[in-house]
Amino acid sequence: MNALREFLHMGGYAVYVWSAYALGLVVLVWNVWAPLRHERQLERSLAASRSGREP
Amino acid sequence: MLQRFHKYAAPMHFHRLALALSPWLFGISALLFATGLFGGLVLAPADYQQGDSFRIIYLHVPSAWMSMFVYMVMASAGAAGLIWKVKMGDIIARAAAPLGASFTFLALATGSLWGKPMWGAWWVWDARLTSELILLFLYLGYLALQSAIEDRRAAARAGAVLAIVGVVNIPIIHYSVEWWSTLHQGATITKFDTPSIATSMLIPLLLMALAFKSFFAATLLVRARCEILAFEQHTAWVREYLRAGRPS
Amino acid sequence: MVVIGLLVLGMGLATALILRAFNENLMYFYSTSEVSAGKAPTARDFRIGGLVVQDSLQRQADSLTVQFVLTDLKQQVTVRYTGILPDLFREGQGIVANGQLGADGVFVAREVLAKHDENYMPPEVAASLKHKPDESLTRSAP
Repeated sequence: MNALREFLHMGGYAVYVWSAYALGLVVLVWNVWAPLRHERQLERSLAASRSGREP
Repeated sequence: MLQRFHKYAAPMHFHRLALALSPWLFGISALLFATGLFGGLVLAPADYQQGDSFRIIYLHVPSAWMSMFVYMVMASAGAAGLIWKVKMGDIIARAAAPLGASFTFLALATGSLWGKPMWGAWWVWDARLTSELILLFLYLGYLALQSAIEDRRAAARAGAVLAIVGVVNIPIIHYSVEWWSTLHQGATITKFDTPSIATSMLIPLLLMALAFKSFFAATLLVRARCEILAFEQHTAWVREYLRAGRPS
Repeated sequence: MVVIGLLVLGMGLATALILRAFNENLMYFYSTSEVSAGKAPTARDFRIGGLVVQDSLQRQADSLTVQFVLTDLKQQVTVRYTGILPDLFREGQGIVANGQLGADGVFVAREVLAKHDENYMPPEVAASLKHKPDESLTRSAP
């Protein structure tokens, strides 16, 4: 348990280190999620507009 | 041999390749992140001078390296589109830009969080930090051009001009700590000298660099797929793809 | 078309402003040799960088005012500062101070930042090495 507390404490620099890693996580996750979501939406909207035009 | 790769300059083939490759690249990058972060946060010893705050290096340095690498990808691809009219060039450049901007932002933000406890300042206008900020502005300018100009090809061309002009900033960023007196310290890892970092601290850094590289490749392919569909939406192959779904 | 023109103009303006700030701060600090030689501005703030000389740190009683000597291994300048010093400040360490040179030759600092080198190693390795001073602070003027 002590090891975990020390790990989280980061030698007194916890606020800086963990803020940095939190930011890193947000940036990376967003860059996975946003393009995948965009692709889904794009395929859906293109398919829809296409079927609307199909004779 | 070259012929085999040459076909991927065609959006249709690149699209299929991108669909097949990206899951693998995501998997590889996840593995690399896991090992790199474990090595950097748990296994590596604290620094004699900076203590545990140095562990920000495992985000800051790879992001900074990527911010410059991705810019060169964006500028090269843009040049291919602008000068040689290679459509995939425009597509790759537009796909790379948001990633490059993300990495640049992360480099600046993590650098700031590192600078406050170590230097005593969130920000200084020294040559290294200022030129990296200019890099962010270049990315944002590129993205602004893409959203402001309706026609994708015209937007890509305008962006390519900006990107190419901005290439001069890359060596400025890299050599800033050598050419001018800066608060930011000099390079720890250089091409010709042995690195001035303990091996147990270096290995996770290299793993994180690879993690970021493969992550970039994976997400670039996803964004490129979107660009390809947008650029090619009126073609027969896209029509067929939307009808038939993904090739299994 | 107007939008694009405005965007390019805006970006050009931003870049010009940045480059201006950039130029003024291109040399982020003057070395103690440069300051001793009179190369630093007299009537306004500038930054001085150097190594804190061993055993030169003096604390004034009952205040946060400290005095120490800065060197680039060639020339020395005395610095006075009132405030909290950064974590990494210690004798033998590189620092950069922002302030003005007084008529008496003492540099009165408004801000002191610590400058660390590019070496990363665990404490036991550092202890076993003879710690080299940060060379970038002792480079001769370009």
